[in-house]
Order: sequence, then structure tokens, then C-alpha cells
Amino acid sequence: MLYPITTIHYVILSAALLLIGTVGFLTRRNIVIILMSIELILNAVNINLVAFSERFQAMEGQIFAIFVIAVAVAEAAVGLGILIALFRNRETVASDEIDLLKW
Amino acid sequence: MDTFLFLIFAAIAVGCGVIVVSQRHPIHSAISLIGVMGSLAVLYLLLGAEFIAATQVLVYAGAVMVLFLFVIMLLNAGVEPPGGKSWPVRLLGIPLLVVLLGVVSFLIRGWIPVKETVVFGSFTGGGPRDVGGALFTEYLLPFEIVSVLILVAILGAVVLGGKEID
Repeated sequence: MLYPITTIHYVILSAALLLIGTVGFLTRRNIVIILMSIELILNAVNINLVAFSERFQAMEGQIFAIFVIAVAVAEAAVGLGILIALFRNRETVASDEIDLLKW
Repeated sequence: MDTFLFLIFAAIAVGCGVIVVSQRHPIHSAISLIGVMGSLAVLYLLLGAEFIAATQVLVYAGAVMVLFLFVIMLLNAGVEPPGGKSWPVRLLGIPLLVVLLGVVSFLIRGWIPVKETVVFGSFTGGGPRDVGGALFTEYLLPFEIVSVLILVAILGAVVLGGKEID
């Protein structure tokens, strides 16, 4: 047997994806890529839920993973709808050029 | 075998995640995000979550990414101009990120003393029958609330994207 994989490895993978998503969310200016980073972060959450579901031999984690997927899909739909409405008004998808509320 | 599969697909997921964040063109980011979703589906299969893996492929790699690609093509979003980040920030940022991940991994190893190995096939409660049974009996109320949430999201998307906002 090779080096065994434990739940900790999945949690660390989740932390890595969370960090990558956070960096993308903070550094990119294209709103489409910011939304993709949010999807990465939500997937990191799902890995944690499913990994601990396996660890405790209970399926509640998978139920919650399904709810997280549903919320992520709703968020993507509404976010992209907002983006399209914004693009109609401002002709841009760069988050630093959208400063309507800046005083 | 499990070790190999985990390492390969975890590496694909992290690599594609880095590409998602670092690519200048949104289409490339979207294609890499499909790679992340696909490799995560394999990892869910390794954990015994068959229904979640199928949902991941159908909903994320299918529906959500098609939505993203449609919006990218609709907006005709081209290459993003390089930002005004200074060189010291770039040079410091990536090593500091790796250090942060290392510290977090070390703390997780300390906090969660798990010795059991994740073996493929050890958890059999993730099939559609088990998940559906729990979802429609014990967790029926959250399920219905999620349906209301999705209805509101559909209405919001139609209102926002449907007609001109004055």
C-alpha cells in the first residue's frame, strides 16, 4: 500500500481551492471570472461536506452538498442576470469601472 | 490505486483552478473550470458519493458552465488588460500564498486527528436511492424551501435580463 489518503487530504485540497478562489475573487476585475471564483469557493465547501460524510459514515453531508449546489446555481443565474443588465447600461464587465455608487 | 487517483485528480483540480484565476481570456477560464468540476466529480466518486458526482457533472459541468459560456459570448468579453499590480506585490504574493496554505494544512493536521484511510467502496450510502430517501422524508422542508429559492432566482433572472431597466 502506498501513502494512504485520509480525510485530511481532502480537507487540505478544499483549503487550496478556497484560497485559489479567494485570490481570484480579490484580484480579478472581470466580473465573469469573479463569479467563477465564487463557484470555486462553493465547490471547496462541497468537498469538505462530502469528505466528512464519508468520514462519519453518515449521508447528511451529501444532503447539504445538494443544497449548496442548488444555492450556487441560483447565485450564478442571478449574478449573470445582473451582469447582463449592468452591461446594457454601462457597456463594461470590469468591476473597477462600475462605480455608480461611488460618491 | 486510490492514492494515485486522488493525487492525479487533486492535482488536475488545483492546476485548473490556478488557470481559472490566472488566465486573461474568460473563455479559457471557463474551460478550465469545467476541468475542475470534472476532476471533483471523480473525487466524489472516490468518496462514495455517486449521486453528488452525477449532479456535479450534470449541473455544474453541464448547465452552469453553458450559462457562463453563453454570457461570455453574449457580452463579447475579450482579453482583460493587465492590471496595475506592482512587481513586489506579485513576487511576494505567490510565496506568501503557498506559505499560508502550508500553515493551514499544518493546523488542519493538528486539529483533526484522523488515522482512518479513505478506501474506495467503504461508504455505500451515497447512491440515488439513499440520498433521495433522506431528501424526501427527513429533509423535506429544506428541499421545499430550496424550491422557493430557485423560483425566486428564476424570477429575478428573468426580470433582470428580460427587459430594459430605466
